[in-house]
Amino acid sequence: MFAYIVRRMFQSVIVLLVVGLVAFSMFRFVGDPIDNMLGQERTQADIDRLRGELGLDKPFPVQYFKFLQGAVQGNFGVSYRQGRPVSTIIAERAPATLELAFVSGFLAITMGIALGVFTAIRRQGIAANVIMTVSLIGVSLPTFLIGILLIYIFSVELDLLPSFGRGETVMIGNWSTGFLTSSGLKALILPAITLGLYQMTLIMRLVRSEMLEVLRADYVRFARARGLSDRVINFRHALKNTLVPVITITGLQLGSIIAFAIITETVFQWPGVGLLFINAIQFVDIPVMAAYLMLISVMFVTINLIVDLLYYAIDPRLRVDARAT
Amino acid sequence: MSLLTINDLTVEFPTRRKLFTAVDHVDLSVEPGEIHGLVGESGAGKSTIGAAIMGLLDRPGRIASGTIRLSGDQISGLDADAMRGLRGKKISMIFQDPLTSLNPLFTVREQLVETIQAHLGGSDSEANKRARDLIDRVGIPDPDTRLDQYPHQFSGGMRQRVVIALALCTEPDVIIADEPTTALDVSVQAQILDLIKELATERQVGVILITHDMGVIADTTDKVTVMYAGKVVESGPTSRVMGQPTHEYTKSLIAAVPRPTLKLHRFPQISYGGRETRFAIEDMARHWPKVDNDTSKPVFEIRNLTKKFLQKRGLLPWDRTYFTAVDDVSFDIRAGEVFGVVGESGSGKSTVARMIAGLYPVDGGTITFEGQTVSDLTNKAALDAYRKNIQMIFQDPYSSLNPRMRVDEIVAEPIRHHKLMDGADIKRRVDELLDQVGLGHEAGLKYPHEFSGGQRQRISIARALATQPRFLICDEPTSALDVSIQAQILNILKDLQEHLGLTLLFISHDLPVVRQMCDRVAVMKQGKVVELQETNDLFANPQTEYASELLRLMPKLDDLSIEGLSPEA
Repeated sequence: MFAYIVRRMFQSVIVLLVVGLVAFSMFRFVGDPIDNMLGQERTQADIDRLRGELGLDKPFPVQYFKFLQGAVQGNFGVSYRQGRPVSTIIAERAPATLELAFVSGFLAITMGIALGVFTAIRRQGIAANVIMTVSLIGVSLPTFLIGILLIYIFSVELDLLPSFGRGETVMIGNWSTGFLTSSGLKALILPAITLGLYQMTLIMRLVRSEMLEVLRADYVRFARARGLSDRVINFRHALKNTLVPVITITGLQLGSIIAFAIITETVFQWPGVGLLFINAIQFVDIPVMAAYLMLISVMFVTINLIVDLLYYAIDPRLRVDARAT
Repeated sequence: MSLLTINDLTVEFPTRRKLFTAVDHVDLSVEPGEIHGLVGESGAGKSTIGAAIMGLLDRPGRIASGTIRLSGDQISGLDADAMRGLRGKKISMIFQDPLTSLNPLFTVREQLVETIQAHLGGSDSEANKRARDLIDRVGIPDPDTRLDQYPHQFSGGMRQRVVIALALCTEPDVIIADEPTTALDVSVQAQILDLIKELATERQVGVILITHDMGVIADTTDKVTVMYAGKVVESGPTSRVMGQPTHEYTKSLIAAVPRPTLKLHRFPQISYGGRETRFAIEDMARHWPKVDNDTSKPVFEIRNLTKKFLQKRGLLPWDRTYFTAVDDVSFDIRAGEVFGVVGESGSGKSTVARMIAGLYPVDGGTITFEGQTVSDLTNKAALDAYRKNIQMIFQDPYSSLNPRMRVDEIVAEPIRHHKLMDGADIKRRVDELLDQVGLGHEAGLKYPHEFSGGQRQRISIARALATQPRFLICDEPTSALDVSIQAQILNILKDLQEHLGLTLLFISHDLPVVRQMCDRVAVMKQGKVVELQETNDLFANPQTEYASELLRLMPKLDDLSIEGLSPEA
């Protein structure tokens, strides 16, 4: 077990290094940050001086190495555009994204599992078939379109919910939360649905097909032959077995909720790290982009590690050494 | 009054095209304490009767007519809730595969307690006490520790005991055991059947034992009902039906059972229902390259063969533990013989076969084929030349054929791989092979799922013969097949040995089959060969305790009719 975690950590570090390398090799194609940083009256001398100061005249492996040197010491550099340390900027923006991702992930998982189980058990029912058909729409519509549709219906036509921003926030220590005010909660609804809808339909369809598979298994037939009630069979025996494969995909999906918050945050002008990243791209703010990409990869890697450890918690076959007697 | 009475039961499965009658006007009755055998080939409707009694027919199956009564009360046609009250309480069921019938994610205690509480209610401590008593009763040692273990920590036989304990949770009147020992080793099978017999007498439970194994029927049951295509063809006390069968089907079924005591030249094949398929061995022999088997020299010399598998992975080399699957095994295989390897599951017999076939690398020792050491071949050309001469027939005809490939492609694949022919020649050769194994060359245009188990095994044989090999490895080639189909396949393999001069390595856990097929037999236990003898000597006079124990546990089948059998001179 310990050896396993150590090995996984080692792999994670390699993944992070590779992600960083790829990111840095791409930055050259995003544009020249110097263009945005200096005004109209720049001279070639100014440009060369700034380029030298920022280290942009060096080849990208050297830039990458310098970035790593800073990063391991917790120093991600200073934003070209805002002139403030990147770590401060991200710390300000992260709560918005994390709260949004948490709410939509929670919605996606609970609703996805509930609907998946329902459609699997009532496979022939009308309601289940309607849900399956509607879910197809959920999977096939792009996120931004769903966001715009929701804004049109609930903000423009019905005027029930705000169409942009986080509403009022309250600071708890360094964490700004929208959970404690009614306008903050209202502002959360539409973006959370937009962001979670795709994941929810995916989890639902996955749970459904796994569940149908499990319901055909011998141990479910045997449970039925033992006269256990349908409730016990479906929710105790079948559901737990269904979750084993579902967890992998769900873990990856949660990672992408945070990563793909970019689109939702743009549509709803949500002041999170996704929006920060989009703006950083426009201004070729390399330190912000680098830090954001590293942050996302750390999250993916962590979630995957947690998922693998969850396997051990759920499936006893992995926990104990398989030594039959 | 009988415990369970089935009257004129008909079960139908409506399909899109027509109505399929799985069980056709069947009568059956079981007394308390009686074990009633239900025997027949797959598809005969045995399991459907079990499912009908339990009220667990798969959709769209339905009871079209007839009644099922338990102690006089009609239970067919009860609604779902009433039926659930009976299931597990009055009628219990034991399934075939103990590896899949327990939920892998719950401990044995959790599964027992939930079943006890579902029917009897009661407090946790009462249910726990009862669970412990049951585990103790079915003969699982150290019940206190084992109750809190998960199913994967039990061996196959122990799991089947857990399944039986689950079936006994609430003192049922009737137990339906659907192939309860098919997935188990001979020694474990004997223990489980003994346990079922004891419980039937001790608790006066009526048992319906569904099986396709005549040996199990002969040794265990009091009465037997023989089924064919949904109909009962014969029913009566076991000794009478087995000893003096009256129906033609029963006669041919009994004749096809391999006997441990009587070596036959060929198996009489089931002629009932007109399903015998011709195998054109003479035709095949005419096209086969002539081989002179020099019987004095061994084809294979196996010396000190060893194989280890990684059992526990570890970061550091000294954390890893290995399991020795094959431990210092040496033997010779003579040209033209059928060399048998027997042993229980886990004894390493399949691993030996796979090493010979070059599927597993060798960890120690050497394999010499016709004077050439082949265990360390790395040169692709030499390895291919060797493999062309070695072909394998696997146990499971369902998973050993690629479902996405057409049969003619499957058979042609080895020819193409070894570049033996091209274009039209390949097609001619494949058609010939399919004709010769009795499927007809039209079969080449179909996919594997369109064939039955026996037909698929014929496809496997055609594929194995495609490269005109010298040596065939048969790894339990018939253990997934019905007894009549088994007889056909074994006859084909015998023909191959006799007429084409092939040498066979025949792996099986079924001693009667080994007796019929093999010239010499190696008995394996825990990766070692414990005994190697001529087949007849082994069966007459086993030298080791282990071999005699295996022989003792083998079903005796002394009561079976020997009508129509011709012992080999």
